[in-house]
Amino acid sequence: MQTDRTEDCRGQLCPMPIVNMARAIKKMEAGQVLELWADDEGAHADVPAWCAKTGNELLDKEDAGDYSKYFVKKTA
Amino acid sequence: MAETEKTSIVVFSGDMDKVFAAFIIATGCAAAGMYTTLFFTFWGLNAIKTGAPIKAKGFLGKMMGIMNRGGINRLNPSRFSFGGIGRILFSKMMSDKNVAPLEELRQTCIDLDVHMLACKMSMDMMEITRDDLIPEIEDIAGVATFIKEAANSKIQLFI
Repeated sequence: MQTDRTEDCRGQLCPMPIVNMARAIKKMEAGQVLELWADDEGAHADVPAWCAKTGNELLDKEDAGDYSKYFVKKTA
Repeated sequence: MAETEKTSIVVFSGDMDKVFAAFIIATGCAAAGMYTTLFFTFWGLNAIKTGAPIKAKGFLGKMMGIMNRGGINRLNPSRFSFGGIGRILFSKMMSDKNVAPLEELRQTCIDLDVHMLACKMSMDMMEITRDDLIPEIEDIAGVATFIKEAANSKIQLFI
């Protein structure tokens, strides 16, 4: 997938992956896609929840072994 | 979103664990684009003191300043405090697990424009002045300010 920015949040625990995702999205243009790497298990629920709350779109989630990649499109 | 949603949190407790919860919820709200306000009152003021001895004039105020010195790195957990040792144990457990320390979370709140207010009445009572608090505190306020914010907030918490 074509992404515009990658944010490596591996090793971070709640709330930092969400905080850093929000910071990254803020710096991006509408329509751009953020690739977020996180190994915090809470992120499985928190990334979709944050997207639903803020109106950004979670395009996909990919398992990358010991962490997950989340693809978030800035739509809000 | 037509209007920015709001969150108002009263931080009454000065317990490390409870202040932790307050800062985590506040960062979460701010990260979700909400206008977030923390009202620090009573023991909660310890979380926003500079940590330097307070400049109280009265005897009781001075005593209070010694017994209840405060500062973000002096907060004890609500359980297993062990007269100050608990704090060190918790800090070690947190850093071992890579949990952001309390001071860093407070800074994250500040970076995310979380609004921080301090309660005038408890400050007066404990002889805490503006200079005893970190400079990021936006204002010193009373209950009416909290009500004004809380009445328009989707989330209101008392911690």
